[in-house]
Amino acid sequence: MPETLLGQSPLTVLILVPAVVAALVWLVPPLRRLARPIGLVTSVVVLAGAVALAAGFDVAAADQAQFTQVASWISSFGASYAVGVDGLGLVMVLLAALLVPIVLVAGWNEVGLPVGVGDGDAAAERKALEYRRAGWVALILVLEALMIAVFAARDVFFFYVVFEAMLIPVYFLIGVYGGANRRYAAIKFLLYSLAGGLLMLAAVIGYFFVGTGQGPEALLLDQVGLVEMPFATEMLLFLGFFIAFAIKAPMWPVHTWLPDAAQQATPGTSTLLVGVLDKVGTFGMIVLCLPLFPNAAAAAAPVIIVLALVSIIYGGLLAIGQNDLMRLIAFTSVSHFGFIVLGIFVGSSTAVTGSMIYMVAHGLSTAAMFLVAGFLTQRGGTQDMGSYSGMQRITRVLAGTFLVSGLASLALPGLSGFVPEYLVLLGTFEQLPWAAIVAVVGVVLAALYILIAYQRIFTGPPSETHAGMTDLGGREKAVMGVLIAAMLFLGFYPAPVLEVLTPLGETVAALVTGGVA
Amino acid sequence: MFVAPHIEWAALVPVMIVLGAAVLGVLVEAFVPRTSRRLVQVVLAALALAGALVAVVWRWTVVQTSGPSALVAGALREDAPALLMQALLLVLALLALLVIADRARSEDAFTPTAAAIPGSEYEDQARRAGLAQTEVFPLTLFAVTGMLVFPAAADLLTMFIALEVLSLPLYLLAGLARRRRLVSQEASLKYFLLGAFSSAFFLMGLALLYGYAGSVHLDDIATAVPLVAGMDGLLLAGSALLIIGLLFKVGAVPFHAWTPDVYQGAPTPITGFMAACTKVAAFAALLRFVYVVTPGLSWDLGPMLWVVAILTMVVGTVLAIVQTDMKRTLAYSSVAHAGFLLLAVIALDSRGISSMVVYLLAYGLATIGAFGLVSLVRTKDAAGNLLGEAGHLSEWAGLGRRSPVLAVCFALFLLSFAGIPLTAGFTGKFAVFSAAVAGGAWPLVVVAVLASAAAAFFYVRIIVLMFFTEPATAEDGSETTVVRSEGLTAVAVVVCAVGTILVGVVPNAVIALSDQASKFLL
Repeated sequence: MPETLLGQSPLTVLILVPAVVAALVWLVPPLRRLARPIGLVTSVVVLAGAVALAAGFDVAAADQAQFTQVASWISSFGASYAVGVDGLGLVMVLLAALLVPIVLVAGWNEVGLPVGVGDGDAAAERKALEYRRAGWVALILVLEALMIAVFAARDVFFFYVVFEAMLIPVYFLIGVYGGANRRYAAIKFLLYSLAGGLLMLAAVIGYFFVGTGQGPEALLLDQVGLVEMPFATEMLLFLGFFIAFAIKAPMWPVHTWLPDAAQQATPGTSTLLVGVLDKVGTFGMIVLCLPLFPNAAAAAAPVIIVLALVSIIYGGLLAIGQNDLMRLIAFTSVSHFGFIVLGIFVGSSTAVTGSMIYMVAHGLSTAAMFLVAGFLTQRGGTQDMGSYSGMQRITRVLAGTFLVSGLASLALPGLSGFVPEYLVLLGTFEQLPWAAIVAVVGVVLAALYILIAYQRIFTGPPSETHAGMTDLGGREKAVMGVLIAAMLFLGFYPAPVLEVLTPLGETVAALVTGGVA
Repeated sequence: MFVAPHIEWAALVPVMIVLGAAVLGVLVEAFVPRTSRRLVQVVLAALALAGALVAVVWRWTVVQTSGPSALVAGALREDAPALLMQALLLVLALLALLVIADRARSEDAFTPTAAAIPGSEYEDQARRAGLAQTEVFPLTLFAVTGMLVFPAAADLLTMFIALEVLSLPLYLLAGLARRRRLVSQEASLKYFLLGAFSSAFFLMGLALLYGYAGSVHLDDIATAVPLVAGMDGLLLAGSALLIIGLLFKVGAVPFHAWTPDVYQGAPTPITGFMAACTKVAAFAALLRFVYVVTPGLSWDLGPMLWVVAILTMVVGTVLAIVQTDMKRTLAYSSVAHAGFLLLAVIALDSRGISSMVVYLLAYGLATIGAFGLVSLVRTKDAAGNLLGEAGHLSEWAGLGRRSPVLAVCFALFLLSFAGIPLTAGFTGKFAVFSAAVAGGAWPLVVVAVLASAAAAFFYVRIIVLMFFTEPATAEDGSETTVVRSEGLTAVAVVVCAVGTILVGVVPNAVIALSDQASKFLL
């Protein structure tokens, strides 16, 4: 892909296309009927664009931002519109662009009418249904635009604005399209995120004032490392950013919104939420917290490592104790995010590289888990694992794909989860052997929670209530096929991703170990 | 020998238009038949304000080329800050006028006849006869006249007269509410008494300063400050008293006691007008006095202003949190905003002036929009009769589900008050706080940031109430309903909302414009 299109960075185009289509689909009534096909085509086009972007990416300079564009925005705040991706940004943009069409296909028939709308009037019902589906497609496309924007942001203020703006579509996706207790879950999600967002805002403003002369481009990420400040100030600003990201990630003890959100949201929303959005937390730790505040990050690293270890064990233990399948997957994610954060802050380039690959691998395996669990619970009508039994005799393909996704999640060699988990553990062991030993317990717990879940749902005598359940259809098989192919690819041939991420991993690790780079 | 001063009529055009229209409005009351009176008054007032705005823009271009000048023997000063404040005032007054003129459910916010005893048979008859107190329009124009002169006043006597001209109509307007008339009249009386009190402070300060410098002209006093020795007591006491007089008008703690009662009791459209426009005018005058006369006194007057600013921010925020009435909540929040604005006064930095313009614009838009919406939310009793405005916060529960557009707009104004990014409020807060930091007042900024964070709590609480709480029906069967605006309030609210977003998202133009005003050229 060329460096510029019509004078804009191709990233700008990738951000604008889904946003504009979303507005059209939502606002132009004749398009509403075709909302789902239009949304799918758009997201495939965006995916193609992202792949073209990757093809044009200069791997030799993977730790530098590429496809950059800087435009003055609010000069008196030092805020600019600045986009560009380095290796990590590119990989995350690809992940987001891949998951959006998958979610759209997986949820093709998921959005139905709430009870009591239309009252049997067929025309009114059809119209209301179209409106609801158009809204759903529009929200997902808006979310896609914001996800690409946040991973491409090269300006602290712009990053902050997009970071907060993402709450709005997610809030509505949970609060409008979710399960019975959706409103509570949506508000809990919103309040946690807003609290983190306010802290981050205070830190952004504080950073501007201690920053480089408060010029019109003071908040550009390329200016980082030039700012000198007293340690106490740096620590406060670091915490402002870090807490916001820890809530997003989510880390123990600020993770409690996630299980509720995942339980109430539709599987597609959960996929985007946990698969991509929560990665913004760890992404922000890597691209903002560490380069902006290296001394504070190095000083806080021991505490953060302990919290990450607690997340690993705590998430694993609670996952084992869940009866609700969606909550189980949410708690496995708390555990996985512990691994990612551990890798970022332990100060080894191997571990950081592992963490970054982990972000992709976890995106794929969680997406697969949520979606296949969604297929199951839609058919069975409940998320309670206890009501299923022996499903592998009834729905063979569903059982098989669940097992593969689960094995990828527990890091079986040959699947996506293995390489990053191995790298994180290896890197951690080099630096802090005791932390690696604790983290390994998490691996054992992972095997337990996945296999116990599989055993409870899919083995044993076939359940009579679910005897007539159909297996996956063609559409669903296609969705799972793409995801499993991606997981196998990342498991057997991680070299391209490694190549893109390793240079960045070395830079980041140097920040934690050496203080100022 | 008395020499008649040379009068620059061209420069006085904006003020003359508004004053002329006000006088004309009085004649309209006398000679135009009752049925068409209201229409004539509204059109006249709107044209006058719009015309004055055009005239201000014209004077702005003149000042840009030929520089600032003194008018009417130095009584007024025509310079960039004055014109900018006047333009801001006229824009806000025009928006406020739309809200004042709106007749939702074919009745306006004002009593049919102010002379009637509340609850009397005569009042009832007047209501049934469909009388209307259309004097509110000329009164509003008189107030705007005073407000226009206030920021341009270059001597203290002119400033005092402008203060009285803007205040007297407001005392009257505050007492004209259609419903809860006793509360309204109480508000009017309180406003009048405390206003008279503050005028006395102002006059006493004026007298002392005249004794000190032998002149009432601001620039003469400023010249005298470094020259005249041995009368510092006079100078300091005079300046302090004058500033206190102005602090009364902006509602700064401890001179804020009238604010909640008056804001609550006055007819809601008038509250919006008063809260937005009076603050603009009073802060413009305060800014001119402090920046012109007292820079050399910052060591002496600084502590007083610092204490007032801190008290205003803290008390305004804390008391806003514990209110249960919507208008009182907004009143205390406006007290807190006065505290934030004082930061720009204290900054004594060229950025202070431009930041104040941005902040006042953001605050004014959100204030007029918010009070406009408050005037539409009413209580309905079990029989379906429309009662007064739904004042209690709990009556706003669940409004987001019944009137999503209204609730979204109100939420936008609250977010702007709270200073959330991408709203005008953030732009204003950012500008004022950076000016204060540049002026070395960073401890005040720390207090301001903490107060903003606490204030965000009660703004968000109202939003949560509107969107996430089930609407409640009271025991007597009354419930909250939203009346349809005649259209004028809706226009004003939409303009305020669009303005709030534009100043938040693309503020460069506004900031560049206000930067041109950042110097008082004396």
